[in-house]
Amino acid sequence: MTRLVPLDGPADVAGWRAAARALVAEGVPPFSVVWSTGDGSANLFGPAPRAAPTPTPASLGPSHPRVPRGFVELAETGLLHRNPGRFDLFYRLLVRLAADRRILDDAADPDVVRAKALAKAVRRDKHKMTAFVRFREISGEAGPHFVAWFEPEHHIVAATAPFFVRRFAAMRWSILTPERSAHWNGAELAFAKGASRADAPDGDALEAVWRTYYASIFNPARLKIAAMRAEMPKKYWRNLPEAPLIGPLIASASRRTSEMVAAVPAAPKKGQRLMPKFETVPAEASTPIDELREEVEDCRACPLWANATQAVFGEGPAEARIVVVGEQPGDKEDIVGRPFVGPAGALFDRAAKDAGLDRSKVYVTNAVKHFKFEPRGKFRLHKTPGPTEIAACRPWLERELAAIRPSLVVAMGATAARAVVGRPVKIGEARGSVIEREDGPDLLVTVHPSFLLRLPDEDRKQVEYARFVEDLRLAAKVAKAA
Amino acid sequence: MDLSRKLAILADAAKYDASCASSGTTKRHSAPTRGGPARGFGSTEGAGICHSYAPDGRCISLLKVLLTNACAFDCLYCVNRASSNTPRARFSVEEVVGLTLDFYRRNYIEGLFLSSGVIRSPDYTMEQVVRVARSLRLDHGFRGYIHLKTIPDASPELISQAGLFADRLSINVELPTDASLKALAPEKDARAVRRTMAGLRTRIEEAQAEKKSRRFAPAGQSTQMIVGADASDDREILETSANLYAGYRLKRVYYSAFSPIPEPSAALPLQRAPLMREHRLYQADWLMRFYGFSVQEITEGGGMLDLRVDPKLAWALRNRGRFPIDVARASREELLRVPGLGKTTVDRILSTRRFRAIRSVDLARLRVSVAKVAPFLKLADHTPSIAALDRERLLEELVPSPRQMALAL
Repeated sequence: MTRLVPLDGPADVAGWRAAARALVAEGVPPFSVVWSTGDGSANLFGPAPRAAPTPTPASLGPSHPRVPRGFVELAETGLLHRNPGRFDLFYRLLVRLAADRRILDDAADPDVVRAKALAKAVRRDKHKMTAFVRFREISGEAGPHFVAWFEPEHHIVAATAPFFVRRFAAMRWSILTPERSAHWNGAELAFAKGASRADAPDGDALEAVWRTYYASIFNPARLKIAAMRAEMPKKYWRNLPEAPLIGPLIASASRRTSEMVAAVPAAPKKGQRLMPKFETVPAEASTPIDELREEVEDCRACPLWANATQAVFGEGPAEARIVVVGEQPGDKEDIVGRPFVGPAGALFDRAAKDAGLDRSKVYVTNAVKHFKFEPRGKFRLHKTPGPTEIAACRPWLERELAAIRPSLVVAMGATAARAVVGRPVKIGEARGSVIEREDGPDLLVTVHPSFLLRLPDEDRKQVEYARFVEDLRLAAKVAKAA
Repeated sequence: MDLSRKLAILADAAKYDASCASSGTTKRHSAPTRGGPARGFGSTEGAGICHSYAPDGRCISLLKVLLTNACAFDCLYCVNRASSNTPRARFSVEEVVGLTLDFYRRNYIEGLFLSSGVIRSPDYTMEQVVRVARSLRLDHGFRGYIHLKTIPDASPELISQAGLFADRLSINVELPTDASLKALAPEKDARAVRRTMAGLRTRIEEAQAEKKSRRFAPAGQSTQMIVGADASDDREILETSANLYAGYRLKRVYYSAFSPIPEPSAALPLQRAPLMREHRLYQADWLMRFYGFSVQEITEGGGMLDLRVDPKLAWALRNRGRFPIDVARASREELLRVPGLGKTTVDRILSTRRFRAIRSVDLARLRVSVAKVAPFLKLADHTPSIAALDRERLLEELVPSPRQMALAL
């Protein structure tokens, strides 16, 4: 038996939804349902009786179909399409979904493909409406009123109007379309029957200014007409105040471009008033360390400077008895421009505290002053500096040490030890005691805190952390003796 | 000078900046709550809106203007350089605010993209730019999109203010290498640009990490590189991009093919860079960001990308040994490397293959060009021939001969 289901207009999604639920619960097969919107488009059987199945909770019963959320959204959008078969399609899909909830995931299912295509076309039409509606200002009794004439392709006015409320709540506006019109009075959104172009104002003084902008922002040297038309199809042009310029701008583009290319460069005008050079005033009484810090920024002794943000120099009291040397700045240090501010620096701070080493009396620096890394998506992966980079950067460390003249250098990790001593050092063998040297300050070798951060095993981490703290205690002793 | 004339000069001066995005910021609206008055004016919806398109194919989303095109810098590639004879103009703060609101009310634009020539000092210039944004937000309750250009070396306080009012901040690296910048834009300091980007990243991340912290450029930062004004090749350009994305978490790097300008400099002859080169760079940029390709893989065929063929197909043709792959078994990463399969399609294939053995008719339903993927992809009803994949002329067969540019409307 054929079931005639009248809907309240072509965009009556709620009515379709209520009726469709009831029909599915009743087990009515798709081929025996005829949907009628009252606008004659889908109504092959004359005026339909107003006798939609009333969806009461009782009639839905225990077999009330549970459909995936994705379907509700898909249907709410796709049903606004002007395609006359849309109600049948979505009802068929609903019946199939009631039997197998998963079929929406089958992107090659013909019903799913069609439903998604309808929804996509409607989404695009809605989006284009938000883009291409052009208001014209008229003065009304209650102040300015902004009125637009727009011709959407699908039944989207009611579904798109809330966008204009969210955006233009502070204005009084009306959007007139052939099928339906939307009006906002500053407090309430109301819909009325369709209008005609003649009902809308035929101009706005500001459109001349807008056209000036449109013509000026266009670059004649890069004509890409197809790209423009793909996003702004011709069917929208008749309601866009800027569209009459498109033809003339295209027509003159090649002449304007060849004139630019052919133009003989004019004698340069005497420059605008050039900006007085603002020299950054150096901090007063600059110390030798401050001078080095400025100098290192221009270091080009190895290629690491090019991809780094800045050189990261040492930091701490100029009269420090202890200098701690790390490997190189990491991501955070490179960004901030200060050493030991990243995760490894934080771990060092903790260990120093546990070892009784007063962090504020220690000068911290790195063996290599620029960050060596490899870009990987949104992150920079640390790369260990090689012997040439360590050697290229060594003079900076030597000059730092010469300026501070500490009694102890703590080298954390192989790179730091190599930079201080000038040759490879085995950390495992050298650590654990202060090494006296004839040609420089005493040396304490230990691991780099990032080694601890990388250990996967929690127990091992604790053991190694304790050893690290033990090593730093030796430094704390020196600090206290000083 | 009347407003229209100023607009003509200052929009013309701004058009070489390719950025137009109005997306990715926080959602805001001005709809009243329960019978109250409107809260401010305007909205942002997450996705951007392109309100018009010019015949250069570029979207018009924002009112993109300079506050002034007077400039103390003498960058050879720029129409606004100090020594250029281009006519000069300057908007007042109120004029830009008024234009933005007037255009916005008529639904011409999503908001404002304001930049400026550098006048007097970096701080003075930045302050003028910030005043426009502050007036829009505080005097007019404007909730639309604002993109501000950051002036290098402006003070941290001004940058804080800019980030408070703007959705996006940007600062242009202009050229891929420090050496090129030194040669063509002697007053610009490449290192200062990087330090500024680093500072922006820090503030953006702080603002994201803590809900209570001050708002700071929720749509992130971006930059632009001019392509073809210097001798840098595509590999250098892409390496710079990769470093910028990784180091400063940029939302976008825009590439702008060097194009003829009025009032060119005698010191930099107008060599027009092919628009196709710019297009290939964007494709390569996408491959790096969304398809798991490295710069090295993209440029293993040479420092310049092949203008005839998109970089993904070019890579596949250089790596034919990796193909064909089986649509029924291949991983997401492998499928992403098949020429002709985009990200969305790959996700649909992964979902669909749980239901059916994928045939060419299924791919056609997913709107895939079966001819393009056929040599590389094994389907339930199609096994690519190794001999075909090995053919010398495969490139010519896959790449359509250049069409005449469509001029008809």
